[in-house]
Amino acid sequence: MTIDAVAGEKSGSPMMAAARQVAPIVMGYLPVGAAYGVLAQQAGLSMLNTVLMSILVYAGSAQLIAVALFAGGVTPVSIIATTFVVNLRHMLMSASLAPNLKSWNKWELAVFAYEITDESFAVHSVRFARGDLNKTTCFGINAIAQVSWIVASFAGFLAGASIPSVEPLGIDYALPAMFIALLVMQMKNGLHVLVAGFSGLTAIILIKAGADQWSVILATVIGATFGAGVESWTKK
Amino acid sequence: MDQKIVFLTIVGMLAVTYIPRMVPLVALASRTLPEPVVRWLSYVPAAVLASMLFPALLLKDGQFDVTPSNYFLWAAVPAFLLAWRTKSFFGTVALGMALVAAGRYFFG
Repeated sequence: MTIDAVAGEKSGSPMMAAARQVAPIVMGYLPVGAAYGVLAQQAGLSMLNTVLMSILVYAGSAQLIAVALFAGGVTPVSIIATTFVVNLRHMLMSASLAPNLKSWNKWELAVFAYEITDESFAVHSVRFARGDLNKTTCFGINAIAQVSWIVASFAGFLAGASIPSVEPLGIDYALPAMFIALLVMQMKNGLHVLVAGFSGLTAIILIKAGADQWSVILATVIGATFGAGVESWTKK
Repeated sequence: MDQKIVFLTIVGMLAVTYIPRMVPLVALASRTLPEPVVRWLSYVPAAVLASMLFPALLLKDGQFDVTPSNYFLWAAVPAFLLAWRTKSFFGTVALGMALVAAGRYFFG
Protein backbone atom coordinates (compact mmCIF):
# COMPACT_ATOMS: atom_id res chain seq x y z
CA MET A 1 0.00 0.00 0.00
CA THR A 2 1.90 3.04 -1.19
CA ILE A 3 0.80 6.52 -1.86
CA ASP A 4 2.67 8.78 -4.22
CA ALA A 5 4.57 11.38 -2.29
CA VAL A 6 3.31 14.86 -2.97
CA ALA A 7 6.05 16.66 -4.86
CA GLY A 8 8.83 17.97 -2.67
CA GLU A 9 7.27 17.04 0.67
CA LYS A 10 10.23 14.96 1.75
CA SER A 11 12.58 17.94 1.77
CA GLY A 12 13.03 20.77 4.27
CA SER A 13 12.36 21.12 8.00
CA PRO A 14 9.25 19.70 9.73
CA MET A 15 7.79 23.20 10.10
CA MET A 16 8.38 23.97 6.42
CA ALA A 17 6.64 20.71 5.56
CA ALA A 18 3.74 21.79 7.78
CA ALA A 19 3.53 25.21 6.11
CA ARG A 20 3.46 23.62 2.68
CA GLN A 21 0.86 21.00 3.54
CA VAL A 22 -1.40 23.39 5.43
CA ALA A 23 -1.53 25.95 2.60
CA PRO A 24 -4.65 24.51 0.92
CA ILE A 25 -6.45 24.39 4.28
CA VAL A 26 -5.65 28.04 4.91
CA MET A 27 -6.88 28.98 1.43
CA GLY A 28 -10.18 27.30 2.26
CA TYR A 29 -10.46 28.62 5.80
CA LEU A 30 -9.91 32.30 5.06
CA PRO A 31 -13.11 32.87 3.06
CA VAL A 32 -15.26 30.50 5.15
CA GLY A 33 -13.94 31.89 8.45
CA ALA A 34 -14.57 35.43 7.22
CA ALA A 35 -18.11 34.48 6.21
CA TYR A 36 -18.66 33.09 9.72
CA GLY A 37 -17.36 36.36 11.24
CA VAL A 38 -19.68 38.46 9.09
CA LEU A 39 -22.72 36.34 9.96
CA ALA A 40 -21.84 36.30 13.67
CA GLN A 41 -21.61 40.10 13.66
CA GLN A 42 -24.96 40.38 11.88
CA ALA A 43 -26.55 37.88 14.30
CA GLY A 44 -25.58 40.09 17.24
CA LEU A 45 -22.69 38.17 18.78
CA SER A 46 -20.02 40.29 20.46
CA MET A 47 -16.55 40.44 18.94
CA LEU A 48 -15.20 38.49 21.91
CA ASN A 49 -17.76 35.69 21.61
CA THR A 50 -17.29 35.51 17.83
CA VAL A 51 -13.55 34.95 18.23
CA LEU A 52 -13.96 32.71 21.29
CA MET A 53 -16.18 30.34 19.33
CA SER A 54 -13.39 29.94 16.75
CA ILE A 55 -10.87 29.36 19.56
CA LEU A 56 -12.96 27.03 21.75
CA VAL A 57 -15.23 25.16 19.34
CA TYR A 58 -13.29 25.37 16.05
CA ALA A 59 -15.72 23.56 13.76
CA GLY A 60 -16.68 25.40 10.58
CA SER A 61 -20.10 24.11 9.66
CA ALA A 62 -21.23 23.86 13.31
CA GLN A 63 -20.22 27.48 13.91
CA LEU A 64 -22.15 28.70 10.87
CA ILE A 65 -25.20 26.70 11.95
CA ALA A 66 -24.94 27.96 15.54
CA VAL A 67 -24.84 31.58 14.39
CA ALA A 68 -27.95 31.03 12.28
CA LEU A 69 -29.67 29.45 15.31
CA PHE A 70 -28.63 32.34 17.58
CA ALA A 71 -30.08 34.78 15.04
CA GLY A 72 -33.28 32.73 15.01
CA GLY A 73 -33.62 32.91 18.80
CA VAL A 74 -33.18 29.16 19.33
CA THR A 75 -32.53 28.04 22.92
CA PRO A 76 -28.94 27.32 24.07
CA VAL A 77 -29.76 23.67 24.77
CA SER A 78 -30.97 23.15 21.19
CA ILE A 79 -27.87 24.90 19.82
CA ILE A 80 -25.60 22.64 21.88
CA ALA A 81 -27.54 19.51 20.86
CA THR A 82 -27.34 20.48 17.18
CA THR A 83 -23.59 21.09 17.52
CA PHE A 84 -23.19 17.62 19.04
CA VAL A 85 -24.97 15.91 16.16
CA VAL A 86 -23.22 17.95 13.47
CA ASN A 87 -19.75 17.29 14.95
CA LEU A 88 -20.24 13.62 15.82
CA ARG A 89 -18.46 12.67 12.58
CA HIS A 90 -15.20 13.81 14.21
CA MET A 91 -15.50 10.79 16.52
CA LEU A 92 -15.04 8.49 13.53
CA MET A 93 -12.16 10.60 12.22
CA SER A 94 -10.45 10.46 15.62
CA ALA A 95 -10.90 6.67 15.79
CA SER A 96 -9.55 6.27 12.29
CA LEU A 97 -6.36 8.24 13.08
CA ALA A 98 -5.74 6.41 16.38
CA PRO A 99 -3.95 3.27 15.07
CA ASN A 100 -1.19 5.51 13.64
CA LEU A 101 -0.37 7.25 16.93
CA LYS A 102 0.57 4.38 19.22
CA SER A 103 3.83 6.03 20.28
CA TRP A 104 2.24 9.30 21.46
CA ASN A 105 1.44 9.94 25.12
CA LYS A 106 -2.05 10.80 26.34
CA TRP A 107 -1.41 14.53 26.66
CA GLU A 108 -0.13 14.79 23.12
CA LEU A 109 -3.17 12.88 21.88
CA ALA A 110 -5.55 15.08 23.88
CA VAL A 111 -3.99 18.26 22.47
CA PHE A 112 -3.89 16.89 18.93
CA ALA A 113 -7.56 15.85 19.17
CA TYR A 114 -8.61 19.43 19.95
CA GLU A 115 -7.82 20.50 16.40
CA ILE A 116 -9.30 17.59 14.44
CA THR A 117 -11.47 19.12 11.73
CA ASP A 118 -12.67 17.73 8.41
CA GLU A 119 -9.74 19.36 6.68
CA SER A 120 -6.96 18.59 9.16
CA PHE A 121 -8.22 15.00 9.41
CA ALA A 122 -8.07 14.59 5.65
CA VAL A 123 -4.54 15.96 5.43
CA HIS A 124 -3.28 13.85 8.35
CA SER A 125 -4.86 10.63 7.11
CA VAL A 126 -3.07 11.06 3.78
CA ARG A 127 0.21 11.88 5.57
CA PHE A 128 -0.06 8.95 7.97
CA ALA A 129 -0.81 6.52 5.15
CA ARG A 130 2.40 7.78 3.53
CA GLY A 131 4.32 7.09 6.76
CA ASP A 132 4.86 10.76 7.64
CA LEU A 133 4.26 10.79 11.41
CA ASN A 134 6.51 13.73 12.32
CA LYS A 135 5.04 15.27 15.47
CA THR A 136 6.24 18.81 14.77
CA THR A 137 4.61 18.70 11.35
CA CYS A 138 1.38 17.33 12.90
CA PHE A 139 1.09 20.09 15.48
CA GLY A 140 2.38 22.71 13.05
CA ILE A 141 -0.35 21.94 10.52
CA ASN A 142 -3.03 22.07 13.24
CA ALA A 143 -1.79 25.29 14.80
CA ILE A 144 -1.39 27.19 11.52
CA ALA A 145 -4.82 26.02 10.35
CA GLN A 146 -6.60 27.12 13.53
CA VAL A 147 -4.79 30.47 13.70
CA SER A 148 -5.87 31.20 10.11
CA TRP A 149 -9.46 30.28 11.08
CA ILE A 150 -9.40 32.60 14.12
CA VAL A 151 -7.84 35.48 12.18
CA ALA A 152 -10.40 35.03 9.38
CA SER A 153 -13.28 35.05 11.91
CA PHE A 154 -11.96 38.24 13.47
CA ALA A 155 -11.47 39.94 10.09
CA GLY A 156 -14.96 38.89 9.03
CA PHE A 157 -16.44 40.36 12.20
CA LEU A 158 -14.64 43.67 11.62
CA ALA A 159 -15.71 43.80 7.98
CA GLY A 160 -19.31 43.16 9.02
CA ALA A 161 -21.86 43.78 6.32
CA SER A 162 -19.36 45.59 4.09
CA ILE A 163 -17.37 42.50 3.14
CA PRO A 164 -17.15 42.16 -0.64
CA SER A 165 -18.50 38.95 -2.17
CA VAL A 166 -15.95 36.15 -2.52
CA GLU A 167 -17.94 34.42 -5.28
CA PRO A 168 -16.42 36.14 -8.35
CA LEU A 169 -13.03 34.73 -7.35
CA GLY A 170 -14.31 31.19 -6.92
CA ILE A 171 -12.93 31.15 -3.37
CA ASP A 172 -16.05 29.35 -2.17
CA TYR A 173 -14.80 26.39 -4.22
CA ALA A 174 -11.56 26.06 -2.23
CA LEU A 175 -12.95 23.51 0.22
CA PRO A 176 -14.78 21.28 -2.29
CA ALA A 177 -11.65 21.32 -4.50
CA MET A 178 -9.50 20.37 -1.53
CA PHE A 179 -11.84 17.50 -0.70
CA ILE A 180 -11.48 16.31 -4.32
CA ALA A 181 -7.68 16.22 -4.03
CA LEU A 182 -7.79 14.51 -0.63
CA LEU A 183 -10.37 11.97 -1.76
CA VAL A 184 -8.28 11.06 -4.81
CA MET A 185 -5.30 10.49 -2.51
CA GLN A 186 -7.40 8.02 -0.48
CA MET A 187 -8.08 5.89 -3.55
CA LYS A 188 -5.72 3.01 -2.88
CA ASN A 189 -7.69 0.42 -4.88
CA GLY A 190 -10.97 -0.11 -6.70
CA LEU A 191 -12.85 -0.88 -3.52
CA HIS A 192 -11.99 2.55 -2.13
CA VAL A 193 -13.48 4.13 -5.25
CA LEU A 194 -16.59 2.00 -4.79
CA VAL A 195 -16.86 2.95 -1.10
CA ALA A 196 -16.51 6.64 -1.97
CA GLY A 197 -19.24 6.49 -4.61
CA PHE A 198 -21.51 4.45 -2.35
CA SER A 199 -21.03 6.76 0.66
CA GLY A 200 -21.45 9.93 -1.39
CA LEU A 201 -24.71 8.75 -2.92
CA THR A 202 -25.93 7.53 0.49
CA ALA A 203 -25.26 11.00 1.91
CA ILE A 204 -27.31 12.59 -0.88
CA ILE A 205 -30.18 10.16 -0.32
CA LEU A 206 -30.11 10.91 3.42
CA ILE A 207 -30.20 14.66 2.79
CA LYS A 208 -33.10 14.26 0.37
CA ALA A 209 -34.86 12.16 3.03
CA GLY A 210 -34.55 15.06 5.45
CA ALA A 211 -31.66 13.76 7.59
CA ASP A 212 -29.41 16.75 6.80
CA GLN A 213 -27.55 16.89 10.08
CA TRP A 214 -27.05 13.13 10.35
CA SER A 215 -26.11 12.60 6.72
CA VAL A 216 -22.31 12.62 7.03
CA ILE A 217 -21.99 10.34 10.03
CA LEU A 218 -24.66 7.88 8.86
CA ALA A 219 -23.30 7.74 5.32
CA THR A 220 -19.78 7.20 6.69
CA VAL A 221 -20.87 4.33 8.94
CA ILE A 222 -22.87 2.73 6.12
CA GLY A 223 -20.07 3.27 3.57
CA ALA A 224 -17.26 1.91 5.77
CA THR A 225 -19.39 -1.11 6.71
CA PHE A 226 -20.07 -1.70 3.02
CA GLY A 227 -16.33 -1.54 2.25
CA ALA A 228 -15.30 -3.84 5.09
CA GLY A 229 -18.14 -6.23 4.19
CA VAL A 230 -17.21 -6.42 0.51
CA GLU A 231 -13.54 -6.89 1.43
CA SER A 232 -14.17 -9.86 3.74
CA TRP A 233 -16.72 -11.32 1.31
CA THR A 234 -14.35 -11.21 -1.71
CA LYS A 235 -11.44 -12.60 0.32
CA LYS A 236 -13.29 -15.77 1.27
CA MET B 1 -28.51 39.40 22.75
CA ASP B 2 -27.22 38.43 26.20
CA GLN B 3 -23.52 37.81 25.62
CA LYS B 4 -23.19 35.87 28.87
CA ILE B 5 -25.70 33.29 27.61
CA VAL B 6 -23.92 33.22 24.25
CA PHE B 7 -20.66 32.51 26.07
CA LEU B 8 -22.18 29.71 28.16
CA THR B 9 -23.63 28.18 24.98
CA ILE B 10 -20.15 28.30 23.41
CA VAL B 11 -18.75 26.46 26.45
CA GLY B 12 -21.43 23.78 25.98
CA MET B 13 -20.54 23.57 22.28
CA LEU B 14 -16.89 23.15 23.27
CA ALA B 15 -17.73 20.17 25.49
CA VAL B 16 -19.88 18.33 22.94
CA THR B 17 -17.33 18.97 20.17
CA TYR B 18 -14.11 18.22 22.04
CA ILE B 19 -15.18 15.04 23.86
CA PRO B 20 -16.03 13.07 20.67
CA ARG B 21 -12.79 14.33 19.09
CA MET B 22 -10.65 13.34 22.06
CA VAL B 23 -12.06 10.12 23.58
CA PRO B 24 -11.52 7.74 20.63
CA LEU B 25 -7.97 8.98 20.04
CA VAL B 26 -6.88 8.73 23.69
CA ALA B 27 -8.72 5.45 24.29
CA LEU B 28 -7.75 3.64 21.10
CA ALA B 29 -4.22 4.81 20.24
CA SER B 30 -2.53 2.67 22.90
CA ARG B 31 -4.53 -0.45 22.06
CA THR B 32 -4.14 -3.07 19.42
CA LEU B 33 -7.52 -3.08 17.74
CA PRO B 34 -9.07 -6.28 16.37
CA GLU B 35 -8.32 -6.75 12.68
CA PRO B 36 -11.95 -6.27 11.50
CA VAL B 37 -12.13 -2.93 13.33
CA VAL B 38 -8.88 -1.71 11.75
CA ARG B 39 -10.20 -2.79 8.35
CA TRP B 40 -13.50 -0.96 8.97
CA LEU B 41 -11.65 2.18 10.07
CA SER B 42 -9.47 2.08 6.95
CA TYR B 43 -12.57 2.89 4.89
CA VAL B 44 -13.60 5.84 7.04
CA PRO B 45 -11.45 8.49 5.28
CA ALA B 46 -12.82 7.72 1.81
CA ALA B 47 -16.37 7.37 3.13
CA VAL B 48 -16.39 10.57 5.18
CA LEU B 49 -14.76 12.72 2.49
CA ALA B 50 -17.20 11.48 -0.17
CA SER B 51 -20.17 12.03 2.18
CA MET B 52 -19.20 15.68 2.44
CA LEU B 53 -18.08 16.19 -1.16
CA PHE B 54 -20.88 14.60 -3.20
CA PRO B 55 -23.69 16.74 -1.76
CA ALA B 56 -21.53 19.86 -2.25
CA LEU B 57 -21.13 19.03 -5.94
CA LEU B 58 -24.55 17.64 -6.81
CA LEU B 59 -27.00 19.58 -4.64
CA LYS B 60 -27.75 23.28 -4.84
CA ASP B 61 -30.04 24.57 -2.08
CA GLY B 62 -31.02 20.96 -1.40
CA GLN B 63 -32.08 20.25 -5.00
CA PHE B 64 -30.32 18.05 -7.54
CA ASP B 65 -28.55 20.27 -10.04
CA VAL B 66 -26.80 18.73 -13.04
CA THR B 67 -27.47 21.71 -15.32
CA PRO B 68 -24.57 23.46 -17.11
CA SER B 69 -24.82 26.32 -14.59
CA ASN B 70 -23.70 24.08 -11.70
CA TYR B 71 -20.04 25.13 -11.94
CA PHE B 72 -19.17 23.22 -8.75
CA LEU B 73 -20.03 19.96 -10.49
CA TRP B 74 -18.36 20.63 -13.87
CA ALA B 75 -15.19 22.11 -12.38
CA ALA B 76 -14.87 18.88 -10.40
CA VAL B 77 -14.25 16.81 -13.54
CA PRO B 78 -10.92 18.43 -14.57
CA ALA B 79 -10.04 18.89 -10.89
CA PHE B 80 -10.43 15.13 -10.33
CA LEU B 81 -8.29 14.39 -13.39
CA LEU B 82 -5.56 16.79 -12.29
CA ALA B 83 -5.59 15.43 -8.73
CA TRP B 84 -5.38 11.89 -10.07
CA ARG B 85 -2.51 12.65 -12.49
CA THR B 86 -0.43 15.00 -10.32
CA LYS B 87 -1.49 14.23 -6.69
CA SER B 88 -1.14 17.97 -6.14
CA PHE B 89 -3.33 19.64 -3.53
CA PHE B 90 -2.42 23.09 -4.53
CA GLY B 91 -2.83 22.57 -8.28
CA THR B 92 -6.24 20.98 -7.76
CA VAL B 93 -7.49 23.78 -5.52
CA ALA B 94 -6.13 26.48 -7.87
CA LEU B 95 -7.60 24.84 -10.99
CA GLY B 96 -10.99 24.29 -9.34
CA MET B 97 -11.23 27.88 -8.12
CA ALA B 98 -10.08 29.27 -11.49
CA LEU B 99 -12.68 27.22 -13.38
CA VAL B 100 -15.53 28.26 -11.08
CA ALA B 101 -14.43 31.90 -11.29
CA ALA B 102 -14.15 31.68 -15.10
CA GLY B 103 -17.59 30.08 -15.38
CA ARG B 104 -19.15 32.86 -13.37
CA TYR B 105 -17.25 35.58 -15.26
CA PHE B 106 -18.09 34.38 -18.77
CA PHE B 107 -21.52 32.82 -18.25
CA GLY B 108 -22.84 34.65 -15.20
